[in-house]
Amino acid sequence: MATDNVAVALEMNEMKVSPAATYIEYCKKGQLAYQACLDDNTPVFYPRVAAPRTGSRNLEWRVSKGLGAVYATTTTTDVKRGNPDYNVCMVEVDEGFRMMSRIEDIDSNDVKIGMRVKMRMHPGDEKTPPYPVFVPAEAK
Amino acid sequence: MADFLKRGSVAIVGAAESDLGQVVPETTPVDLMAQATMRALDDAGLKLSEVDGVFAAASQLSMATLDVCEYLGIQPKYQDSTRIGGSAFMSLLTHAHLAIQAGLCNVAVITYGSTQRIMTRAAASPREYNQYESPYRLRSPVGAYAMAASRHMHQYGTTRDQIAEVAVSARKWALLNPRAWEKDPLTIEDVKNARPVSTPFTVRDCCLVNDGGGAIIVTSAERAKSLKKPPVYVLGEGECMSHRNISNMPDFTISGAAYSGPPAFKMAGIKPADVDVLGLYDAFTINPILFLEDLGFCPKGEGGRFVEGGRIAPGGELAVNTSGGGLSYCHPGMYGLMILIETVRQVRGEAGKRQVKDCEIALAHGNGGVLSSQCTAILGSAATV
Repeated sequence: MATDNVAVALEMNEMKVSPAATYIEYCKKGQLAYQACLDDNTPVFYPRVAAPRTGSRNLEWRVSKGLGAVYATTTTTDVKRGNPDYNVCMVEVDEGFRMMSRIEDIDSNDVKIGMRVKMRMHPGDEKTPPYPVFVPAEAK
Repeated sequence: MADFLKRGSVAIVGAAESDLGQVVPETTPVDLMAQATMRALDDAGLKLSEVDGVFAAASQLSMATLDVCEYLGIQPKYQDSTRIGGSAFMSLLTHAHLAIQAGLCNVAVITYGSTQRIMTRAAASPREYNQYESPYRLRSPVGAYAMAASRHMHQYGTTRDQIAEVAVSARKWALLNPRAWEKDPLTIEDVKNARPVSTPFTVRDCCLVNDGGGAIIVTSAERAKSLKKPPVYVLGEGECMSHRNISNMPDFTISGAAYSGPPAFKMAGIKPADVDVLGLYDAFTINPILFLEDLGFCPKGEGGRFVEGGRIAPGGELAVNTSGGGLSYCHPGMYGLMILIETVRQVRGEAGKRQVKDCEIALAHGNGGVLSSQCTAILGSAATV
């Protein structure tokens, strides 16, 4: 019986680690990870067990250089909880995927669409594992 | 699916709101669904015992058709609880259309109810955790729509005043609707100076948080002819599911309405210029701007300029959201059904002071999630079939 279960598990190629757990492991190392579908070489984000559209399981984990540009942005006011205003934005990462994040180190109202930004890993807290935020990229 | 669906083969024959605004304590969503269903059946001149199809969705109920059927003692031949956010009712209309045409049922009720105001929104619509969004504390849904607005402003030069004008136009319509929640005039300056929520939006750019619900009754065109009210025929339908989470919206300036509109117009055999009244799901002020563009009422990027100068307000060139919309009339969480009710009233000529003259064709466009699900329905009077 036990042997049969092992055989089924092997045949079905069961997950050892979920996509989100893998992503978090990279975050803990300070890395922003994404997947690439090797069938058509397109980036996949958020990480999945199968690529959208193609359904390919031929997904490879890659680490982003962490550079991108702001695609959309908003400054959120949270009067009820008495929190300071904060930024929520979408970043278009240079490797070709878009993700939600926030821009730190500057006033949220100064975040502009098109602004170049670079990733910095936020340490998270007791409840939230580390997660990527962005800061303005240094002027060259 | 559009090839199977026949233009004008079913009609909306009953439409009613439940109690709206803020309901009395301990009211349940099912109370409101049952109340609206009975009012809609009265409106149609049909008996409860004739209902054999039940189509229901509610943010607070995970098995809405079971709740409605139990409460009203209905044993449906066919039922459906599709949940895709506020556009679900346009999608359910399509499902009822399919079921009636296929002979699976003949008298269908589509209903909704919410007590999100007396319960609080947090209790009525619990958050789903998402590893790739939750850490950023997106204030959802407003933050998602605010980012879409930021992109539209950046890409097309849409101005804050143009966006605010959507709320001002809605308010002008609401002042003509005795059932509207908002009773006071509103200016562009009022909108801009209201409590900030998520830039560029203030609270006046956001839909209301109300209790309420409604019901419509759908039956075959043949049956519709012998009922109390003039039938409002279903001429065209289309839908598009473009994403779930805002991070995955392909282009923040192009909604799924660009894909739900064309099949609906094709099926109806009409073009945008033939539409007399529009109901565009105005969860936030950017929505009607996007939907006017995506449904072909103005070119992409021109939505902001299009709504200027009271063009979509009473007396303007194009009647949009004549009830006062989710912004000023009533927004009970999933607002799509309220749009269908208002457009039915316009086609029937029952809209009182806000009635648009000679309204023969109305378009009801539903939005769900964070611009995620888009469903378009085109309705018409007997003259159009």
